[in-house]
Formats: sequence, structure tokens, C-alpha cells
Amino acid sequence: MDGIHDLGGTQGFGAVRHSPDAKAFHDDWEKRVNALYSLAVRLGVFNMDEYRHAIERMEPRHYLTASYYERSLTSLATLCVEKGLVTRDDLERRANGAFPLALASAPGRGNATVRERFHPGDRVRVKADHVAGHVRMPAYIRGHVGVVVAESPPYPFPDAHAHGVPAEDEPTYDVRFSTAELWPSSADAAYVHVGVFQSYLERAPE
Amino acid sequence: MSAAAPTPRSEASVEQRVDAIQSVLDEHGMRPGEFIVQADHLVEEKWVPENGARVVARAWTDAAFRARLLANGKAAVAELGYEMPRHHRHLVVLENTATMHNVICCTLCSCTAFTIVGLPPDWYKDLEYRARIVRESRTVLREMGLDLPAEIEIRVWDTTADTRYMVLPARPPRTEGWSEEQLAAIVTRDSLIGVARL
Repeated sequence: MDGIHDLGGTQGFGAVRHSPDAKAFHDDWEKRVNALYSLAVRLGVFNMDEYRHAIERMEPRHYLTASYYERSLTSLATLCVEKGLVTRDDLERRANGAFPLALASAPGRGNATVRERFHPGDRVRVKADHVAGHVRMPAYIRGHVGVVVAESPPYPFPDAHAHGVPAEDEPTYDVRFSTAELWPSSADAAYVHVGVFQSYLERAPE
Repeated sequence: MSAAAPTPRSEASVEQRVDAIQSVLDEHGMRPGEFIVQADHLVEEKWVPENGARVVARAWTDAAFRARLLANGKAAVAELGYEMPRHHRHLVVLENTATMHNVICCTLCSCTAFTIVGLPPDWYKDLEYRARIVRESRTVLREMGLDLPAEIEIRVWDTTADTRYMVLPARPPRTEGWSEEQLAAIVTRDSLIGVARL
């Protein structure tokens, strides 16, 4: 989905609040959330793609103001309700207050009907797909041409896997884009490498 | 708990919400309390940047290991006893050189090779880093204290799939003759992510 989570290349943000000894957790509840969601994944309540998509489906104002682990908590709770482990009413009674959840999902999709095997050095174009459900193609590469650098082993296809749609695992390609291609005259010179699923790619003319 | 109780309006605190969901998992027999204790051990003791530091130190001192690490990161780190979750099927190790600098991010969420480089620090998960590093890498690195000379090319790696990345920093010349242990001690989490050079 073209959601608020898809931040790569978004302008207007300030300096990164960096320190060399920055923490991963700031509070005990954050560690609990991290453990609880990974427990649910281990026990097969939901998979990582469902988990990521439920974060993306958060109402945008909530997404932007929630901390990382509040987003994680919201996804966990949303999926527990959607999977029938608990009703929202029951959850809110237990929490003794309102429990904001993510919004409903759009349908998923299967693999592309035609998928091509690529090799390092191949020029590829990211298809101009607009996907309402889960997708792992950041919008900043959509429609752009890059060069295949490497192939990764097959993974579950996220657009299907997040929605319970049957699909084949497929490889991802490390595709190298130049920032001059992605944001002409409007970026620092660099290469950006993105892991792109095979279904998102087509061969680009030489 | 009466079935007729009205749904409360004000938002529950985040701790109340965590308690609520933990009680649900508990009622389904998932033993969340036990797992929280186990997970605390994992994130505090096992999944730490010192793992990546040891991998780097070995690569700096053992050319054959370095070659295996660059060819198949997941198999090479397993030689040192480091595991990766099942869904991380591939570890790509990115070697910095005198003329090339690699930096890792995840613009869509905050994925990392957390069993090797440690759980991601807060700034890595913040909106600023995710939005800006792909487009303004040189500027963002400079703001973070890494002012790269113009002749060093930058490669940014966006973790959009379940392939994971780790930067292999360039070995500082001042470390000639150092032991593997001494070398591991200077490798920081920031250098494994690529927002610092050593």
C-alpha cells in the first residue's frame, strides 16, 4: 500500500537523533512487547509479513506519533483480534480503556504471472504497480531502472504471505539504483541497493 | 466483569495495553511470562553487537574466513556459533574500502541482522533516518559525525526483503599486530551499520 510507513526519500524531516550508545529499549514494557510478538510468530499465530502489514495499516496519525514498540504492540493486538484470539471489546475491558488498533486490510495478490530469472549485470525496471495490500517495494523505486548485482534465496512472496494468499516462494534481487535516477538533481550522489522481489521486476531495454 | 459494562472511552496507557494482550496470550496457554524472561536473556546477552565485532576481527586476521564471509555470510557466522532466525535466509557482508563506504537501513520498517549486529538502536528506527538516509546519505552521515571525503563512493543498502546485511569496516592501519581480541574491542555497532568508520 502507498502508506505512511513508506518513508524512503520523504523530505522535510530533521536531523537524526543519534548517539553512539543509543539504546534499543527504553522501558520494560518495550521488551515485553518485543518478546510477545516474537512468541506469537514462533507459535504460528501470524507470520512476519502479516505482522509488518498490520503496522502499515495503522491510522497514519497514530503511526507517526507512536513509538516503534507501540507500533509493534498495535500490530500484535490487531492480529490477535483478527485471528479471533480475543474480541476488541474484551481487549479494551482488560486494558481498562480504549485500545487503538490498525485499520482493515485490502486483499492480497499472488506472484506475477510471468517471472523472469535475472543475472548480475542485467538492467531491470521496477514495474509501476500500485498495490492496495502488503508490498515490499518502496515507492521510491517504482518505475525506475537499476542493475542487478546479486540474487538472494527464495522467500515467501510478501504480497501473498501477508494475506493468506497461496503463492510460490521467489528470489529477491539486489538491484543497484543511482540516486540521480531516483531523484534527479535532488539527492546526494550515491548508489542505493534494494532487495526487490522477482514479481516486481521486468527486463529493461539496454 | 459485567457483559453490560460500557466500553471505556479514554485511551488505555501503553502498559495497560501490554498487560491486556499478555493476559490474552496467557489464557491461550502460550506461557508469555516464561518467554519474556527467555527473550530478555537473548536481547541482553546473546544478540549483541559484540557478535558482529568478533566476526569482523576474525575476517581481519584470517583471509580464508574473510573470503567465506563475503561469499556466504550466514554460513561463515555460523562457524563462530552465531545463529540467525529462520526467516533470515541470507546474510550479505558489505566490505568497506579506502574508496567505498556501505551503510545499512530499512526504510519500510526497521529490519536488521539483529542476532549479529544487535537489536537496532532507537535512531535507526526513527522516521528521520528511514526517510533521509537513502536520499541524503552524505549529508546524514556528516550530521552523524562521519564526514566522508568526496572521493569515497557511498552505497546505501535498504533492507526491504529478508536478506540481511552487515558492514565489514576497513581495518585501521594503527592496529597492525593486534590480537583478534584487541581488534574486536574497537568494532562498534555504528561501524557494523555503517554510520561510522574506525
